Amino acid sequence: MNVNYACRSAEHGMARRQFLGAMAATGAGVLSSGLGVFARPAVAEQLASQQKRIVVFNMHGGLSQLESWDPKPGAPTGGPFLAIPTSVPGIQICELLPRTAQQMHHLCLVRGVNTSEDDHGKGAYMMMTGRRQTPAADYPQIGAVAAKTLTPETSALPGHIIITPGGGGGRGNDAAYLGPKYSSVQLGNGNPPQNTVRPESLSESSDSARQGFRQRLNERFLNRRRTAVTEAYTYSYEQAQQLMRQREIFDVAKEPEKDFERYGKHDLGRHCVLARRLLEHGITFVQVSHSNYDTHNENFHFHIEQLGEFDQAFSSFIQDLADRGMLDSTLVVVLSEFGRTPNINQYYGRDHWSRAWSVCLAGCRIPRGAAFGKTNADGTAVEEGQVDHGNLFHTYLQAAGVDSSGSFDIDGRDTPIADPSSHAVTDLLA
Amino acid sequence: MAAPEGLDPKQAHIVAQWPHDRPLNASRFDPLGRYVFCGSEDALVERYQLADGARTLLSGGHATWVRALAFSQDGAYVISGGHDGKLTWWETAAEAPQPVRTIEAHKGWVQALAVSPDGALLASAGNDNLVRLWNVSDGALVRELPGHASHVYSVAFHPQGAFLLTGDLMGVIKQWDVASGKATRTFDAAPLHTYEGGQQVHFGGVRALAVSPDGKWLAGGGLYKATNPLGAVHEPLVLLFDWESQKLERQHIAEGITQGVVWSLAWLGDGSLMGLSGGGSGGFLLFWKPDAEKDYHRFGLPNLARDMGLHPEGLQVATAHYDRHVRITRLAAKVA
Repeated sequence: MNVNYACRSAEHGMARRQFLGAMAATGAGVLSSGLGVFARPAVAEQLASQQKRIVVFNMHGGLSQLESWDPKPGAPTGGPFLAIPTSVPGIQICELLPRTAQQMHHLCLVRGVNTSEDDHGKGAYMMMTGRRQTPAADYPQIGAVAAKTLTPETSALPGHIIITPGGGGGRGNDAAYLGPKYSSVQLGNGNPPQNTVRPESLSESSDSARQGFRQRLNERFLNRRRTAVTEAYTYSYEQAQQLMRQREIFDVAKEPEKDFERYGKHDLGRHCVLARRLLEHGITFVQVSHSNYDTHNENFHFHIEQLGEFDQAFSSFIQDLADRGMLDSTLVVVLSEFGRTPNINQYYGRDHWSRAWSVCLAGCRIPRGAAFGKTNADGTAVEEGQVDHGNLFHTYLQAAGVDSSGSFDIDGRDTPIADPSSHAVTDLLA
Repeated sequence: MAAPEGLDPKQAHIVAQWPHDRPLNASRFDPLGRYVFCGSEDALVERYQLADGARTLLSGGHATWVRALAFSQDGAYVISGGHDGKLTWWETAAEAPQPVRTIEAHKGWVQALAVSPDGALLASAGNDNLVRLWNVSDGALVRELPGHASHVYSVAFHPQGAFLLTGDLMGVIKQWDVASGKATRTFDAAPLHTYEGGQQVHFGGVRALAVSPDGKWLAGGGLYKATNPLGAVHEPLVLLFDWESQKLERQHIAEGITQGVVWSLAWLGDGSLMGLSGGGSGGFLLFWKPDAEKDYHRFGLPNLARDMGLHPEGLQVATAHYDRHVRITRLAAKVA
């Protein structure tokens, strides 16, 4: 079995070289002794300064493009809300996003999305993997791909985090052939990862002795049989140890109280503060889910309710990333599984609509203060700049510095990182 | 209030229907009973002449949808409230009414309007969680009534004029002393509110309010059984409170109307409570007696309806429909 280091991105190459250099500097057996050596500040800072990150806001259920990024006030399909000016002359968005409007100079609206899939599950799969779901194959989600291609090998923390609105936790089944190493660690309602506290029945000294014994056995074994499998095994074990030691990184309560005021005293506000904290500590990929936008009934009431939370939290998040110099290295994606129908149904609702909707991007190579693509007057069709899930997936990766036309080496087989029949949108890459 | 001659909800029948270009949101008769005014999914107010259905479009008063309507007591002015937060005064009977006065009333939607029994005050309820009282005569702000913690959906004056009732999304009905602006009592209408944890949404609220003409009953309408708020799975519900004791005397239901919500309530001359409900199979006028839980009669409308107004003579109802029509239903036997 070959070691899965097929990603050829510049960032990954650097990380790999840095990793090998650190090994040379610290002597043989460093891997078996743990990853803590790589957490030294100088190494970590160098890695962090060049590492790209991705954060996805998943507007679960299907955000209405007409009540957010592509308003059509006055049109029969336009709904009751008005459009408001933004910090970018000529770009208007829905009045439900007044604070986000003031961050528009950091954002890029993609208004010509056509994914032609109105099913929740299938649409979500397409938007998260960049490909249509088929019985013949399963593909890794963007978080797993980001974790594999962007996370330094030396990282002591998981590269793929999903903050879910409800409780629960554990690991996701979203890495497909990349393997469980890249599957998501889910933080139910923003709580720290499950099972990362040493059991009370196990004393610190006993635990330490146990770890030492394990490491000695590892060293002995690796001196004779060093393979990719043993390396991955050791890595996973050491990562779990590091996760337990660095559990504090997941403790959002360490953030200043005033930030919770700014982001909003609700779950989404807290989750966005946590996302910022995780990104600042070098987590490669963070997904924040906001529920629920599947508004077949009273679409307008519910969008007031949901976007009121989102506007406050998201605008603060973007402002903070910009102020802290993180936008150049952090790709921000606001997506759903689809948009909502231009037609307003009898219950003041909007139904599923995938033929003309919007995604919002920011950071890394994405142009700032731009709107790409155009829908017609009533929002029923894309007129200019049509893109689909495959185009967007390529674009996310290219924006973050990953050559999306490259391949993973999966058990000796070249496996395309993104759908090889699609391509990135060059107009969205500065 | 005596029952008008011929009133018999069981004989209800549609006597007229008139089209508009967009789905309708609101419908009210003017106090003199000459016109039906409507608000719709555009920035217009529609006036229909009751005698022949002649339509006049009132433009220039709003930037977006019109949600609520009220009238000066003498019928000289109609006042429209919009999703743009504005109130606009129009001459009711002018040949081509123009905005007489437009004021910025609320930040966010104007949800409901009511005029005091003496005709002096206009009460407006908004998505800014506020209730405001205005001079009908000149549009001056008289008083602001803060205290609701969520969007205010409904407003009604007590028939004796001393009190105002307002209902919100969270199922709170506040009673205000009109003279002082103080909140004096709260009616618990929590059964009309749902928080659905899976979808993480607040839903329902007090969509309609009506005090019986004798002052004995306060009715608050909306929905319950909201097992899937985002999918319109819920049923209509009216809470009937004893005014003096505030006791929840009865919960009026209408079985079998899935996707139903009570958008509007009115007391009839025979002591019946009439509610307008939408629903998956159309719209319904529902009729309850205070002593019974279930409706004693329901009249099916040909399309889902969103609002109703009762004619001042108490026999005709104007309903605003999704299928771009206003319909006039007569609550009496057909004239031979």
